[in-house]
Amino acid sequence: MKEEDFDLLAHLVKQRSGLVLTRDKAYLLESRLIPVARKFDLKDLDDLARAVRDKRDEKLATAITEAMTTNETFFFRDQKPFDQFRKIILPHMLKARAARKSLRVWSAAASTGQEAYSLAMILAEEAAKLQGWKVDIIGTDLSAEVIEKAKEGFYNQFEVQRGLPVTMLMKYFRQEGEKWQISEKIRSMVQYRAMNLLADWGGIGPFDVVFCRNVLIYFDPPTKSRMLERIAGLMPPDGVLFLGGAEAVLGLTSRFKNMEGEKGIYIPASCPADAWKATAAA
Amino acid sequence: MAGKSCLIVEDSRVVRKVARTIMTGFQYECREAENGQLAVEECEKAMPDVVLLDWNMPVMNGLDFLHKLRSMPGGDAPKVIFCTTENEMSRIQEGMGAGADEYIMKPFDGDIIRSKLEMLGLIEEGG
Ligand SMILES: C[S@@+](CC[C@H](N)C(=O)[O-])C[C@H]1O[C@@H](n2cnc3c(N)ncnc32)[C@H](O)[C@@H]1O
Repeated sequence: MKEEDFDLLAHLVKQRSGLVLTRDKAYLLESRLIPVARKFDLKDLDDLARAVRDKRDEKLATAITEAMTTNETFFFRDQKPFDQFRKIILPHMLKARAARKSLRVWSAAASTGQEAYSLAMILAEEAAKLQGWKVDIIGTDLSAEVIEKAKEGFYNQFEVQRGLPVTMLMKYFRQEGEKWQISEKIRSMVQYRAMNLLADWGGIGPFDVVFCRNVLIYFDPPTKSRMLERIAGLMPPDGVLFLGGAEAVLGLTSRFKNMEGEKGIYIPASCPADAWKATAAA
Repeated sequence: MAGKSCLIVEDSRVVRKVARTIMTGFQYECREAENGQLAVEECEKAMPDVVLLDWNMPVMNGLDFLHKLRSMPGGDAPKVIFCTTENEMSRIQEGMGAGADEYIMKPFDGDIIRSKLEMLGLIEEGG
């Protein structure tokens, strides 16, 4: 692929999703965009680049962007954040929001829904303590296609085994042919919608808990900083942010700090140092 | 502490070999049995830490083995993971009801086995 074509396509993808593609990723771009070219009846990548350059076909631009993003996800990914949510965050919120009886959770790069549904299943397990509460779980993603899949809640045999304990499968899924559908009860706990993190968030907050995992890793540092500051703006002082295993806030923003002793959980810098000590130790 | 041990109960030699390669990768010492009866004999010699258990096998099937195992002295200890082409919800319920700890629907791969071992706390995350 010509360098100028690579630059053109990489620029398009970066502008639309934040994903940074360096020239050493040319092979990846090529292998993922050849099927897109075919789908749009374009002969090859030269043709594809030409179409991008002079047609400004919105559908093509979207398809290129979505072909380049990584949608990999699974239930209870990395396990630990979900244990922390259940054992540390939830007990705190149950106390701190006892009067208001509301809890708002955001899965900010929801992909096909496993993250948001994992949180929903944890909350369903604790339903007795949440009687009379208004619990909102919002799942958003750039890709309308993955959001559709998330809403439908159908997963294949491989997807329901990675990360998902079989007891949860038995309790919250229904078998339909080769596929497994997450129950209506869990589906009704989550609202999904397509939303670009780079664009306007349209009054989406506030959120007590934000899972923004395995997406910032694809952005450049200024974009990461901007995302973190916008997320901070949606949180009360005792809100919490979960990042992916390879993501951190250090050097990107001063609005968040580590929750002491809990790797992967971030809290607003304005949060009193000892606010979480009692619950974390309990 | 002695190494962790695994008993692979499976009538297909090919699948046993795949399972052994995966489990060896997680630092398990592996023994093999090609049916439930031979597996009982292996367990009488020494209880493994983990059993990967096929369902349909000649001589004694996986479900009968599991019942037998759980009634043996020390037979509560091993973590039993069914590993079978039986993928109907009713079968899963039956297997879990008989005292299995986890359930894998074939075909499996290293990621699924790793994931199930993590859930049971048998290996460290991301290990
Ligand atoms: C690797 S998945 C992470 C899924 C899940 N959070 C997890 O940790 O398993 C990354 C997701 O981020 C989405 N994404 C990438 N850029 C985005 C953007 N600018 N706005 C919203 N979502 C974006 C992709 O579509 C993809 O589904």
